[in-house]
Amino acid sequence: MNKMLAAAAGLALSAIAVGAQGKTLVFCSEGSPEGFNPQLFTAGTTFDASSRQVYDGLVQFERGTTNIMPGLAESWTVSDDGLVYTFNLRKGVKFHSSEGFTPSRDFNADDVVFSFERQWKPDNPYHKVSGGTYEYFNGMSMPDLLKEIEKVDDYTVRFHLNRPEAPFIANLGMDFASILSAEYADAMLAAGTPEVIDLEPIGTGPFQFAAYQKDAVIRYQGFEDYWQGKPAIDKLVFSITPDASVRYAKLKAGECHVMPYPNPADLKAMADEADINLMQQEGLNVGYLAFNVEKKPFDNREVRQALNMAINKEAIIEAVFQGAGTVAKNPIPPTIWSYNEATVDYPYDPEKAKQMLADAGYPDGFETNIWAMPVQRPYNPNARRMAEMIQADWAKVGVKADIVTYEWGEYLKRSKDGEHDTVLLGWTGDNGDPDNFLAVLLGCDGVGGSNRARWCYQPFEDLIQQAKVVSDQAERTKLYEQAQLVFKEEAPWVTVAHSVVFKPIRKEVIDFRIDPFGGHPFYGVDLAE
Amino acid sequence: MLQFLLKRLALVIPAFFGVTLLTFALIHLIPGDPVLLMAGERGIAPERHEELRREMGLDRPMVIQYLHYIGGVFQGDLGKSLISKKPVMEEFLTLFPATIELSLCAMIFAVTIGLPAGILAAVRRGTVFDHSVMAVSLTGYSMPIFWWGLLLILLFSVQLGWTPVSGRISALYWVDTVTGFMLIDSLLSDEAGAFTSAVRHLILPSIVLGTIPLAVIARMTRSATLEVLREDYIRTARAKGLSPMRVIGLHALRNALIPVITVIGLQVGVLLAGAILTETIFAWPGVGKWLVESIGRRDYPAVQGGILLVATVVILVNLVVDILYGVINPRIRHTR
Repeated sequence: MNKMLAAAAGLALSAIAVGAQGKTLVFCSEGSPEGFNPQLFTAGTTFDASSRQVYDGLVQFERGTTNIMPGLAESWTVSDDGLVYTFNLRKGVKFHSSEGFTPSRDFNADDVVFSFERQWKPDNPYHKVSGGTYEYFNGMSMPDLLKEIEKVDDYTVRFHLNRPEAPFIANLGMDFASILSAEYADAMLAAGTPEVIDLEPIGTGPFQFAAYQKDAVIRYQGFEDYWQGKPAIDKLVFSITPDASVRYAKLKAGECHVMPYPNPADLKAMADEADINLMQQEGLNVGYLAFNVEKKPFDNREVRQALNMAINKEAIIEAVFQGAGTVAKNPIPPTIWSYNEATVDYPYDPEKAKQMLADAGYPDGFETNIWAMPVQRPYNPNARRMAEMIQADWAKVGVKADIVTYEWGEYLKRSKDGEHDTVLLGWTGDNGDPDNFLAVLLGCDGVGGSNRARWCYQPFEDLIQQAKVVSDQAERTKLYEQAQLVFKEEAPWVTVAHSVVFKPIRKEVIDFRIDPFGGHPFYGVDLAE
Repeated sequence: MLQFLLKRLALVIPAFFGVTLLTFALIHLIPGDPVLLMAGERGIAPERHEELRREMGLDRPMVIQYLHYIGGVFQGDLGKSLISKKPVMEEFLTLFPATIELSLCAMIFAVTIGLPAGILAAVRRGTVFDHSVMAVSLTGYSMPIFWWGLLLILLFSVQLGWTPVSGRISALYWVDTVTGFMLIDSLLSDEAGAFTSAVRHLILPSIVLGTIPLAVIARMTRSATLEVLREDYIRTARAKGLSPMRVIGLHALRNALIPVITVIGLQVGVLLAGAILTETIFAWPGVGKWLVESIGRRDYPAVQGGILLVATVVILVNLVVDILYGVINPRIRHTR
């Protein structure tokens, strides 16, 4: 009978039915995942398909926020010196099963140890499986940070660190820190097919992986025994649809319920559509123009401030983002805790800018360059256009700038080496911790790396280093707020924009929340009957 | 006939080498380092960068890389994708059935409409029908595929709701992959309605992909038929009092078909190229889309292997076509 109904629904045009087969939510995803193990990859598309549905971490982020809450660890304590983190693990957490594997035990400390040691220890039998390079684990400096992971008993794990690092807890909420089943890994290793665990994921998460047809569709089944309760939707389907206009057409036709990354040009029509709810939120990113402070005249703070004032940011947002962006005044986005509301941005004032340049010894301006990225990024959908607008603004105060661009890999490399005068770039946050922006992008260690301004300023450095070692969030917030003021005063960047993320969903979708990390976790989402 | 065959086969070998060399050179000529692209803004430590390049075999001289690649090809090993780390052959084979399925349907669409339209236009030369066929096919030939696809989706799927927007089958059916051909797999699955859904999903992409070949075939058939209709033997056939059906169906068509078959063979290449756009619009999981993405990520083994395999298919199809008109036209097989 169910099949008959399904057939009828299939014939009755394309709309997806709720009812006969339980609730099926269809997500028109933008691309194919690189694989199904979040430890191995770095793309959001991969995390959406793996960690965000199938896996859990020791800690997790509260839905729709960057706040940390307990996950597979029920609670944890930090030693006074900040070097030892002890996690009490949750009992009775079930793993999924598949055709090839049925778990014989619940989640325990062995799974935690396995999940980290695979990425960390070259002698772990799984280290080399699936060509593992663990870019995120390495990128977050975990090998430098970790001293030892100790299994105290089945439900207690201790992480010993080499140095105190307050953002460590937030790192554990990230996708690469997903917990895989050690029992499954052992079984597959014994069977001589270790790579299977990366292709047919078994996790503790709300959705159980069912099938993947490359470039076409991924299917998940709601997990009955999920420790936070069975998901409200019975089936979850990712319908892979790379073209944004087609995703929109599918959403309108009712072939999917949620779509990511709409075309900016379609936003107006979406807002007017009766069946569609257009949600929006600032993205966890910042687009900036960095001055190379090691080069003249950008070593002069007055010059940097003047050039800040010479730029009409509002006009840039209007032209480049077409409404899908907001002016940035801080180097961290407003969705991150410790965002300083009190920061005052440089006003657009070409007259004053000209005056300041004259005061700084450049009455006739000077010649420089602006590097523009060759690719579209969420924090900058059209760098070339942005560079042209900045060029025009600067010309008005006498500064003549050439626009320079390279192939993307080359661009990243050369700007890392400091070949630029000024460079357009941006950053998307990883763990929702302010440290992930302020220390990575503006700290002294980042010079020659991700600190494109090559700005190493001791008063700022002291603040962010101090914030790394205290674990009290209120105290850290104060330090970061202060750091943002110092940053603004010193002006190593022009903070240009934060993107606004738009998420068109169908009206029947209940309680979908935009994830500040840009992901699409579907636990907690329901469909109206 | 055997000599003819051997001669054709011998020509395949240099073509094959040309393809490997060309794709290898072209993809390595585009600037871009797969490791840097993977790392993005986050960056990567120089030592780690070197290590990864070594693992991918990118630190060796170009010539060695090429020889290594060719060596692998001869043993049937196309290497592993730098991104997914899976064998290129395996990735290709999972995706290729979808492309074949779509291309075949597009070809059937193009031939079943293009051939009769062309013949009729030739027979009724100068009439309104002839002019409209030619006008429509000229439009079809110059149609930008991407725009055409979106237009059809907006009209038939969104406005009228007659066909689904994209994909191969409705999200409602959980059809297992057996052959990779959705039409067959949906029949094999015991889910009622799955087959209908698969057919409905094929309609628009087939029309979009088949539009250009359709236009080319219609025009070619028309001009070839016109030429043949002027021949003396046609006049003779008519003079003998044969019915127009017989004259056209038997005498004219068989001779007019020779250039048409050549064109159909050449259209296979066009189809595979068009598949790249069509697959992107209709989210069709075929090799075209995969190749484009691989180029963007500088996934060298995937691009080299994928293009080589596609080229092989095109070369083979053209070989078959060559042989085919040897069969149809004895003059070709007997020429030295």
